[in-house]
Amino acid sequence: MKIHEYQAKEVIRKFGVPTPDGSVIETADADAINEIVDELGLPVVVKAQIHAGGRGKGGGVKLAKTREEVIEYSNEILGMNLVTHQTGPEGQLVKTILIEEGLDIARELYLGIVIDRETSRAAIMASEEGGMEIEEVAANTPEKIMKVWVDPAIGLMPSQARELAFFLKLEGAAFKAGVKFIMSLYKAFEAKDCSLAEINPLLITGDNEVIALDCKMNFDDNALFRQKEIVECRDLNEEEELEIEASKYDLNYIKLDGSIGCMVNGAGLAMATMDIIKIEGGEPANFLDVGGGASEEQIENAFRIILADESVKGIFINIFGGILRCDRLANGVVNAARKINVTAPVIIRMEGTNVDEGKKILAESGFNFIVADGMRDGAKKAVSAITATA
Amino acid sequence: MSVLVNKDTRLIVQGITGKEGSFHTAGCKEYGTNVVGGVTPGKEGQKAEGVPVFNTVRRAKDATGANATVIFVPPPFAADAIFEAVESGIELVICITEGIPVYDMIKVKQYMSGKSSRLIGPNCPGIITPGQAKIGIMPGHIHIPGPVGVVSRSGTLTYEAVGQLTGLGIGQSTCVGIGGDPVNGTDFIDVIKLFNDDDQTEAICMIGEIGGSAEEDAARYIQENVKKPVVGFIAGQTAPPGRRMGHAGAIISGGKGTADEKMKIMRECGISVVKSPADLGETIKQALFGATNN
Repeated sequence: MKIHEYQAKEVIRKFGVPTPDGSVIETADADAINEIVDELGLPVVVKAQIHAGGRGKGGGVKLAKTREEVIEYSNEILGMNLVTHQTGPEGQLVKTILIEEGLDIARELYLGIVIDRETSRAAIMASEEGGMEIEEVAANTPEKIMKVWVDPAIGLMPSQARELAFFLKLEGAAFKAGVKFIMSLYKAFEAKDCSLAEINPLLITGDNEVIALDCKMNFDDNALFRQKEIVECRDLNEEEELEIEASKYDLNYIKLDGSIGCMVNGAGLAMATMDIIKIEGGEPANFLDVGGGASEEQIENAFRIILADESVKGIFINIFGGILRCDRLANGVVNAARKINVTAPVIIRMEGTNVDEGKKILAESGFNFIVADGMRDGAKKAVSAITATA
Repeated sequence: MSVLVNKDTRLIVQGITGKEGSFHTAGCKEYGTNVVGGVTPGKEGQKAEGVPVFNTVRRAKDATGANATVIFVPPPFAADAIFEAVESGIELVICITEGIPVYDMIKVKQYMSGKSSRLIGPNCPGIITPGQAKIGIMPGHIHIPGPVGVVSRSGTLTYEAVGQLTGLGIGQSTCVGIGGDPVNGTDFIDVIKLFNDDDQTEAICMIGEIGGSAEEDAARYIQENVKKPVVGFIAGQTAPPGRRMGHAGAIISGGKGTADEKMKIMRECGISVVKSPADLGETIKQALFGATNN
C-alpha cells in the first residue's frame, strides 16, 4: 500500500525524523493560503500530493517567492491532471497540495530502506547523489551507493548508522543529526511494516540541519491488519475504480489494456493465462485471481468487474480445480451469467472431477459458452472468438 | 526414492480444528498420508479427523513421534506457529498460510538459521510424493508416481504442469511448492539439490514467476551442478511493472525481476525454457525420452 508524501512525513515525524514545516490544503482558498504563508514565511514550496513519482518534472512542484505566486501555483496545481513517467499518459488528478517552508539547501543526499529479498533483511542505502533515481545510480555508478543490512535479531546498530553518515561525508552537528535521522527512520520502517521508506532528497541545510525534504513510504499489505493508522491513509482517488470494487470481494484484480478478460483461480495460473493469450495473438484485459474455491458468488462478482471494463470483448475462464467439482463450477458460471446477463463470448477451460457433467451443463445453458480442452485451446478459442465479433 | 516426504512421514497438523485445517487433514488422510495428530491450543484431549489433538507442538511430538508438520494457522499467528514447530525439533515444517507479514518472516528466517528444521512455504500448496504422501492442499488424484521432480512458486500453475505430465503418462517423484512470498524458507536451489541427489528423479521441472532473483540463482547452480535435464517456465511475461500480481513476491520493481531477464539467464545456463505454459509437459517428455518424430 502507498500513502502520500504529507502522510508519510506525519508518520516519520512521530519517530523523531525532522521534516520541513508545512500545511495541507484541498482548495486554493486565498485566506487559508495567506494564513499558511504568515506561519511559514517566504519562500514556500507548493507540492502536488499524488502517489506517483516524478512530480517535479511534470510541473507538480513549484517554488513560490511571493504571496501572489503561492496563490497562483496553488490554483494551478490543485485540480491539474499531473502526468509523470509513473502515472502513464492518462495522468493523475491532484486533489491535495502540501505547502512547505522553503529551506536553505547546502547538500542533497539520498537515504532509502527496502526489504532485500536475497538476504531476507532490511537494507539501508545511502548515496551523495540526492534527487536522482536511485535505480539509475545503482546501474551506472554502483560505487556511489553504500548499503548496510539490518540483523532482525538485534536491529539497526548505531555503528551501522555512523558508517552510512561517514560515507555521506557528514561532519560535526550534521553528522550527529544524520546518525539520529537514520536510526529514527529505521525505527519507523520496522514499526510500521514498511516495504520501502525513501528520503530523496535528504537535505543538509546551511545550518547543518538534516531534514527529509521528500518522503515516500510503501507498506506490506500483509501487515495492514496491525497498522490501523496506515490503513486510514488509504486514498481511493489513487486507485482504479474496478480494483477498489474487486478488493471488496477479496478478488485480486489488476486492469490491463487488452480485450480478453481473464478469470482464473490462483495467481501463478492467472499470470500464465495472460501470457498464453498474448502468445496466441490476443491481449489480456486483466489479471484476476478468483481464489481457490471459485464459488458462484466469486464468479458472479468477477463477471461484473471484468465486464465493467468496456474494452473487454470476450472472457476466458481458466479454472484448474482439482478438488473442485466441475459440475458445481459450471452451475456457478451459468447462474452468474444469467444474473449479470453476459452477452460476450465466454470460453471455459476447467479441470477437476465430473468434467463431462460440467460440459453438459454449459452446453445446455443457452449461453454462448465455448468449452476448451487445455489452456492453449482456450486461449486460441478466446482469440478467435473476439476476432469473429470484431 | 523421492524427496522430503514418503509413506513413513509422520505428520501433525497445526490448526487442525480450523475450517481449512480440518478439511485438508481429511484430504491428506484420504490420500494415505500418515497423519498422527494435530495441535490447537486449549483443545487437548479432543479428537479431530480421527486423530488426537494436543495443546502444543512439543506435546504432540512427544506423544506421536511426529517428524513433519503442516500449518493452517491464520496469518497473524503463523510466524509463531512456525517458531513453535522448529523450537520443538520438527524436521519438516510446511506452512500453507497466505498473508504472513514480511517482517514476521524475516524474523523467523533469521531465527531458523543454524537450526536443522526445514521450512517449506509459506503461501504454498505443500508437498506431494505421489502414491505415498500428500501434505498440503493440492488435488492428489492428478498425480502419478514417476521420474519428474517438480518445484514451483505457484499452486494452481503447478497443478497445470502436473496435469500435463500425467496426461502424457509421465509421473512425478515429488512436487514441492516453495510458495509465492518474497521471504520464504526452502528455495529453488535447495529443492533442486535434493532432486539432483534423488535416484528416482530423472528430470526436473521448475516453475518460477516474476519478482526477486531466486530463479536466476537456481539457474547458475544448475549450470554448475546438475546433469539431469531441467525444464522451466516463468509466469508473468505480460505482467506490468510495479504491480503485485496476486502473490506478495510477484512484482517487478526497479526494472528487476522481469520474466524476460529470468528466462534469458535460465536459457544461458542450459535450462529448456518454454515460452508457453502449455508446452511444459511435451518439453519434459522430450527431455526424458529425446525428440520424437511423430
